[in-house]
Amino acid sequence: MPYNPALVAPMREEMTRMGARELTTVSEVDAALGDQQGTMLVFVNSVCGCAAGNARPALRLALQHGVRPQQVVTVFAGQDVDAAARARQYFAEYQPSSPSVALLRDGEVVHFVHRHQIEGRSPQAIAADLTAAFDRFFAAVA
Amino acid sequence: MSGHVFHPGHQELHGVTVVLETHGPRTYVGRFDSEDARGVHLHDVGVHDASAGGQSREEFVRRCDKFGIRPEHRDLLVPAADVAKITRLVDLVR
Repeated sequence: MPYNPALVAPMREEMTRMGARELTTVSEVDAALGDQQGTMLVFVNSVCGCAAGNARPALRLALQHGVRPQQVVTVFAGQDVDAAARARQYFAEYQPSSPSVALLRDGEVVHFVHRHQIEGRSPQAIAADLTAAFDRFFAAVA
Repeated sequence: MSGHVFHPGHQELHGVTVVLETHGPRTYVGRFDSEDARGVHLHDVGVHDASAGGQSREEFVRRCDKFGIRPEHRDLLVPAADVAKITRLVDLVR
């Protein structure tokens, strides 16, 4: 059952403040991820403070890096249930977890960060991993 | 909400994905909930059974890290007597 919208509103705002575009419906997900071109980061948001509480600031830090995805979108697991499920169909090779991060290039998942790779780590450490992935997979098209 | 924790007062590994090795052939990978006199409570648990053949335990753990955990149990209690070692998944694969 989704949390009270008022409770999660700050978690949504944290994402949109850093420039992420929220995808809250299946059609919005399909419009963004279907026939995706260029580079994109998909952040699967979560209410879990143990992991998402560090993942969101990590992403904010990572997006200040010189090389970054051309588009940043987010779905909210457990809140926008249908949209999150649809987004996960675009990276179905990977088991669902939240928070998580998928890096896509021309519709192909080139890197995936699972919840277990976020848990218990500092935002700086998570951001360092993300920026390394940006450099590796996005530098040529940034 | 940066750094906000919804689970105050829980054990250190609460919410963390761990590899639980047993004294038998089974290895579990899942999210640690708690430990009490009965054993270790895990959520969303993948299982490797070395007696069943197939991929090695190391390959199973490596695939869990890369592709995520395919849960066979939503909730699982591993009896205390069976628990040999608990390690964070990220520590085991790095």
